[in-house]
Amino acid sequence: MFDISALDLARMQFAFTVSFHIIFPAFSIGLASYLAVLEGMWLWKKEDRYIEVFNYWKTIFAVGFGMGVVSGIVMAYQFGTNWAVFSDKAGPVIGPLMGYEVMSAFFLEAGFLGVMLFGQKRVGPRLHFFATLMVAVGTLFSAFWILSVNSWMQTPTGHIINAAGQFVPDDWFNVIFNPSFPYRFVHMVLAAYLTTAFVVGAVGGFHLLRDKTNKHARLMFSMAMWMAAIVTPCQMLAGDQQGLNTLKHQPAKIAAIEGHYENVKGAPLVLFGIPDNEKAELLYSIEVPRLGSVILTHSWDGELPGLKSFPREDWPNTFLVFWSFRIMVGMGMIMLLVGLWSLLRRSQGRLYDDVWLKRAAVAAGPVGFVAVLCGWITTEAGRQPWTIYGLLRTADSASPLSGAEVGATLLAFILVYFTLFGTGVYYMLRLMAKPPAAARETATTSLKRASGLTGAPSTLDQTDR
Amino acid sequence: MLEFDLPLIWAAIIAFAILAYVSLDGFDLGVGILFPLVPEKSGHRDVMMNSVAPIWDGNETWLVLGGGGLLAVFPLAYAVVLPALYLPIIAMLLGLIFRGVAFEFRWRASARNRVWWDRSFAFGSLLATFAQGVCLGALIQGIEVVDRSYAGGCLDWLSPFSILTGASLVVGYVLLGATWLVMKTEGELQGLARKFAMVSGVGTLALIGIVSIATPFLDAEYHHRWFEGGNLVFSIVVPVLLAICAAVLFLGLKRHHDIRPFFAAHGIFLLCYIGIGISFYPRMVPPDITIWAAAAPEKSLHFLIVGTVVLVPIILAYTIYSYWVFRGKVDKSGGYH
Repeated sequence: MFDISALDLARMQFAFTVSFHIIFPAFSIGLASYLAVLEGMWLWKKEDRYIEVFNYWKTIFAVGFGMGVVSGIVMAYQFGTNWAVFSDKAGPVIGPLMGYEVMSAFFLEAGFLGVMLFGQKRVGPRLHFFATLMVAVGTLFSAFWILSVNSWMQTPTGHIINAAGQFVPDDWFNVIFNPSFPYRFVHMVLAAYLTTAFVVGAVGGFHLLRDKTNKHARLMFSMAMWMAAIVTPCQMLAGDQQGLNTLKHQPAKIAAIEGHYENVKGAPLVLFGIPDNEKAELLYSIEVPRLGSVILTHSWDGELPGLKSFPREDWPNTFLVFWSFRIMVGMGMIMLLVGLWSLLRRSQGRLYDDVWLKRAAVAAGPVGFVAVLCGWITTEAGRQPWTIYGLLRTADSASPLSGAEVGATLLAFILVYFTLFGTGVYYMLRLMAKPPAAARETATTSLKRASGLTGAPSTLDQTDR
Repeated sequence: MLEFDLPLIWAAIIAFAILAYVSLDGFDLGVGILFPLVPEKSGHRDVMMNSVAPIWDGNETWLVLGGGGLLAVFPLAYAVVLPALYLPIIAMLLGLIFRGVAFEFRWRASARNRVWWDRSFAFGSLLATFAQGVCLGALIQGIEVVDRSYAGGCLDWLSPFSILTGASLVVGYVLLGATWLVMKTEGELQGLARKFAMVSGVGTLALIGIVSIATPFLDAEYHHRWFEGGNLVFSIVVPVLLAICAAVLFLGLKRHHDIRPFFAAHGIFLLCYIGIGISFYPRMVPPDITIWAAAAPEKSLHFLIVGTVVLVPIILAYTIYSYWVFRGKVDKSGGYH
């Protein structure tokens, strides 16, 4: 039939479900924290616009969070359905970490989400803020545990291997705080914050382009641009540190990222090129001399490893790793540019006046998602051909399934995800297209303004449903 | 220090998580299955959905704890059962997506398209429930294992028995959902819910009877368990308690008690669950893998139990709090939409 194995299909299925899934938490981790900040500011400053912006994003959060939950349940079972051998062998180490994720994060989020979404009139404002805070804390706990799991698979420490071939915990501290975990955790949380900031900035910019005086859009835009200006440089530093850590623990991944096949001293920084694993060389490359060594070893003559110093069967898909990394960095550059631009305009007191800055912010709305996806592709494809780096091969991790059943369910996942989550994203975009406005009960001024326009109140009623 | 039998304690904790899942998500899945039976124009569907909207997410988290917990403390069981039940598990996951997204999407769609999310909600609830019942039946039938790995084919789970358990769970969840609505709603909808509860109550009891009669003939071990030796006591006690629960259920419905039928229905589920537990013990995956053989190494069990002892009571506390916040009857304007 097709020249494609059950293993490949299982990998495609996992890559598909996890890639779709990560989009939602990447957004909700940042948005939950943003909501907590907004509600906190409202309690502190007692200005209505904070709670109005809170309510605006709360509805969008609910749609995104729901999709994150249901696509996340799939992940909890995909380890077993697709990677049974891996689950049996690594379960004693990663299972308890995921158990802690469920108990400390998922329940916390789910338990307080209901109060946060539906309980505004049933509990006091302080208790409601507490619920929002618990949802935000829950998303961070969740990131902590799942990144610990992933990092252990990248840089496994603190375990021993028993007679049944299972990985058995030896020292939990070393398992959880394995060498790459702190770097990956910081890098991912900042990535989630930036992803959300650029969505919020795009929505703020979009509505400011229509109405420069919209105070809610101004609040969103200003807060988002602060994040872009401050967090992007931090993220670049965090990324640099993670790169150094990867060089130390997963040098083959760095070789693939850099597109180096030979060991080189004073290695260049390859801007573009086409890595070809067949020929074991980098084609059509554009390079900056010595910069590669400067970035990764912080020295002029530092030596960088080439793929040829690793056995051929241990090479990752260099093309994928090389390019996904470059796209991620490119997205980071766009973020930095927007951040610095906004800083300049802010210092001139013209943050809300520059039409092109607003347009740029709208265009940059999705960059965070692209960066997150490409970053994960870099690190995950770069770990191949291993599930547990250096210890368990992906080919030896799979479930005993037939190609037909994995292929059929892969097709089902693709159809269902694109239809349902595609519609969900459309609903989210439609909510974002609605201008943020004052709540009808509290802000009388905007009511007066709206009723001055013919038919405005009735359209407001319709769109509000 | 006392010697604890950690694998056994963990089996009890996982059993508790799955029971919590079945009890809690059971009624909101049941509400979903009942959706098409309630007229679209009546506005009752809004109330039905609002009655579970604030809590369904927490209910479903118990399923994640069941799966994640199994991976952590019984990795062999997790690694064997999921490939064996691959297709029904994926069907369940897809069903949960269809219904999960409907909670928000339904309010975001135009009035004309809303009915599609009603269908998605009902279809997903039905599919997830049926698949769960099929998984249960397939597990009771037993799973073929060679050398720590599933050794059967991709359709081994499919049998008249697993279809029967699938259908039984659908009727059972409808009972939970209907009694939930009796408790949470008023007026016309409550009247409808009473009727649904009555019918599904009768159906549930009949199906419990059929499954109970069929099970001992699947496997000599089950027969031995229920009809010989000391367990004979259970074989009498469980049905007697079941009869009491059934009486409370039907009398409660007849005399228009709001709350009693809900708890009686849960009593029925609890007893069935205990019955299944008696059949399984001491096996984790029938027919071969015992609780102790499936268990993760001591250190994993130990590490997670410390947190579990602290966290699960906290989880239960704020789950109860969340139900308390949304106590009482639901009205149409109960949502934030």
